Amino acid sequence: MGKAELPLHAPGTQVDRGYIGQSVPRPNAARLLQGRGSFIDDLRFPRLAHVAFFRSPYAHAKIKKLDFAKAVKAKGVVAVFDGPTVAEYCTPWVAVLAHLKGIKSPPQHAIAIHRACWQGEAVAAVVAESRSQAEDAVQLIEAEWEELPVVVDMEASLRGDVVIHDEFEDNICFKREHDTGGVDEAFAKADVVVEETFHFGRHTGVCLEGRAILADYNAAEHSLTVYHATQAPHMMQDIFSRHLGIPEGNVRVIAKDVGGSFGIKVHVYADEMATAAISVILRRPVKFVADRLESFLSDIHAREHRVKVRLAASKAGEILAFDMDDLTAIGPYSVYPRTSGIEGNQVVNLTGGPYKHQKYRGRLNVVFTNKNVTCQYRAVGHPIAVALTEGIVDLAAQKLGMDPAEFRRKNLIPDDAYPYTFPSGIKFEKLSHLRTLDKLLGLMNYKSLREEQRTLRAKKIYRGIGLAAMIEVTNPSPAFYGVGGARISAQDGATIRLEPTGMITVMCSVTEQGQGTEAIFAQIAASAVGVSLDKTKIITGDTGVTPYGGGTWASRGAGIGGEAVLQAGRALRSNALDVAAAILKMDKQELDIVGNAVINKLSLEKKMDLAELGRVAYFRPDTLPMDFQSELTVTRHYTPRQYGFTFTNGMQASLVELDPETGFIKLLKHWCVEDSGTLINPMLADEQIRGGVVQGIGAALYEECLYSPEGQLLNGNLADYLVPMSGEMPDIVCSHIETPTMQSQLGAKGIGEAGTAGAPAAVMNAVNDALAPLGARVTAMPFTPERILQALKKV
Amino acid sequence: MEHALDITLTVNGVQVSRRVAPRTHLVDFLRDELGLTGSHIGCEHGVCGACTLRVNGAIVRGCLMLAVQADGCKVDTIEGLSDSGELKDLQKAFHEKNALQCGFCTPGMLMAAQDLVLKNQKPTRDEIREHISGNYCRCTGYQAIVDAIEDVIQTKVTHGKG
Repeated sequence: MGKAELPLHAPGTQVDRGYIGQSVPRPNAARLLQGRGSFIDDLRFPRLAHVAFFRSPYAHAKIKKLDFAKAVKAKGVVAVFDGPTVAEYCTPWVAVLAHLKGIKSPPQHAIAIHRACWQGEAVAAVVAESRSQAEDAVQLIEAEWEELPVVVDMEASLRGDVVIHDEFEDNICFKREHDTGGVDEAFAKADVVVEETFHFGRHTGVCLEGRAILADYNAAEHSLTVYHATQAPHMMQDIFSRHLGIPEGNVRVIAKDVGGSFGIKVHVYADEMATAAISVILRRPVKFVADRLESFLSDIHAREHRVKVRLAASKAGEILAFDMDDLTAIGPYSVYPRTSGIEGNQVVNLTGGPYKHQKYRGRLNVVFTNKNVTCQYRAVGHPIAVALTEGIVDLAAQKLGMDPAEFRRKNLIPDDAYPYTFPSGIKFEKLSHLRTLDKLLGLMNYKSLREEQRTLRAKKIYRGIGLAAMIEVTNPSPAFYGVGGARISAQDGATIRLEPTGMITVMCSVTEQGQGTEAIFAQIAASAVGVSLDKTKIITGDTGVTPYGGGTWASRGAGIGGEAVLQAGRALRSNALDVAAAILKMDKQELDIVGNAVINKLSLEKKMDLAELGRVAYFRPDTLPMDFQSELTVTRHYTPRQYGFTFTNGMQASLVELDPETGFIKLLKHWCVEDSGTLINPMLADEQIRGGVVQGIGAALYEECLYSPEGQLLNGNLADYLVPMSGEMPDIVCSHIETPTMQSQLGAKGIGEAGTAGAPAAVMNAVNDALAPLGARVTAMPFTPERILQALKKV
Repeated sequence: MEHALDITLTVNGVQVSRRVAPRTHLVDFLRDELGLTGSHIGCEHGVCGACTLRVNGAIVRGCLMLAVQADGCKVDTIEGLSDSGELKDLQKAFHEKNALQCGFCTPGMLMAAQDLVLKNQKPTRDEIREHISGNYCRCTGYQAIVDAIEDVIQTKVTHGKG
């Protein structure tokens, strides 16, 4: 087993951790600040054609007839395609995983054939010389439909009165039950039992850049180059290859600048597959960018859950058991290739996560509906599991008359209990709940806040304080997807080349969507090799260039990609020192590289610049010993394997003020303490957390995809679907604890999803704390003013 | 081109003349006709602010204004204000404080922020938040953006007094 191995360099060099732990600005941000990024829609290609889709106006309907006669004659139109035509070039897919036993889903085509299963599913594609011409022609397509019965409500779907897919007997995509045994006995002997049903509104990612793809098929080479706003270029290379019948080596996926992703851009979308197929059919570059309205209709949604949860406790305040029943609806298809069973599966895994109870039962039903598909969105399952856990924990504390912070302190898994196996079967290497709790309470000055709250209540000012403890999946091993048969890499690779000028070029398979991947790789590589940050160039997001790897998802970039970079950097330093030893005729053990130069490790005397080493190695190798060959490009890979996931932990708190007259909630402040293992760049980590918190606040207070009983999306635009804007957001205070994972030398755990995982729970508990003196309580997110007023019985 | 209109406008200090369809939005004209792709398209219905531009000194949504309406106008984009150096203090502060992640909202955010800087007032943090509340950022949580704008305005005010 590897272990966290910092420092990096010779003692006394003052750079033993190098840039690791420093808040350096991102080198790649400069171009974005000048509007000189390269997002997909910024690329200009000769003979580029544009695709617009004709989408189903119905939630469930047979396509009786599609008439393209007028559309094909419209100005600028190149071609119009239906499902069967595109299917000749692109095979359908079925999104199941072997380790989600019993999961089922029907085949999905790039363009729907015979039947549309949600409003917004593409049923035809128009290709034209400009996007506006393509959209004009879409209006000229004439369709005849036969409406089919619609299943919108998930309880109705579970009952199965109407079954959506003829090939199945029911609407259940996936079900699971986990039981430690002894749950009923624990509830029978409990002094206190609390029960609640929580509802979570279906919402979506709303990346500012819509999904975007530019596919360029070269008929002469039978090769396909895809410029794609994606988080997982190698996964998409495999998918394009297999479903379009092009050898993998002939498919190149390039992800340049990506305008936000959050899990939205890690899935296979039918309209994107159709775009790639159309490039093959037409033998020319073709582009599709989802506009805002079709983003709402076709980007994956997430988190529509109804969860009943019960908690059993002793009168001394000891949690004895959790019992949870989750129902979630995923639309008509499980989404390829990750499946739509994972989110609910995570809820079963994570419920009750921070606590030391031994008895647990979790039930899950994942059902089909005629709404847009759902799948993994930032913090997958965590916001649900954390909110239902922390909500019921607060209710138990209230019933026991205990302070919520002290009730948590009594029940959190102690910091010295690790390694630890949780009742759901997951394993924790090392967590720090109690240190985190102490740090959070100190940071927010909990006692004073409680006193202030009491004082203000006397003046009829209703403030609420909410806490949320959490565990989080990071650095997933192949146990997440690979074991289930998905061709999704759990390992990542990094290549580092020493250039003749003494600079280094790093190529890594983890991608950048703004979270700072390239910045932290530069910090790690520069530190490991011994060069300054300005001598470091990072390349990511190109299957034609980087080593093979999984990309960006599940808080894995720093922990997995970062470790590959660290190991490659160390190997390159070793190889460079071999060259230095040969040039200087010294023992390699006496040498180190610090500050772009080879130094004597003991005297710290500079022996030669790296640029000189590079000059000799590349241009005058004739001066080196006859049997010596320098190797100044190295590649290393890393896969976490000792644990299924490198779990980490954190805790958040929210302070809100309720206006009982209007039902408005004002967010006054938010705090987050997060254990991210080795912290590489605190500034980037803080801003990742803050962005995540704000996304979680959106789920708690504003965001919901509302559907009519006919399955029509009612608020699919940015004016009606509310997202958090700067005016309503609070300042967010972040702090860190560092418990490095001992599985790697870098010791980094993930951080990207922490904010989103915990914020809804903290806000919910704060809102209910504010409502408590008024005898009201809310359990259905988002907590809109209307729902608050309903809880207060004012409407 | 059917019903096309001739327009002449000054974009980033350079006079350009084109024949455009009346329905062409100003931001599409800048991106597709002039290749100025720094102004981004996020919603095309005036909510997200990604296409914020300056027309005759006032910030506007490039998706809510037609190119023909800009006939005879002076239009400034992120590219122009970067090259002229007008945005350099804000860009430096945004960079140092990491007031951007994916960068898709950033050009519009900078245009809105510069509008506030040019007002020569001393806004509170709440007023800064209010001023940029028409610019959607999904990545940052806004706090670093507010910090960066506050920093630039404070430095300017201090220097003004000194």
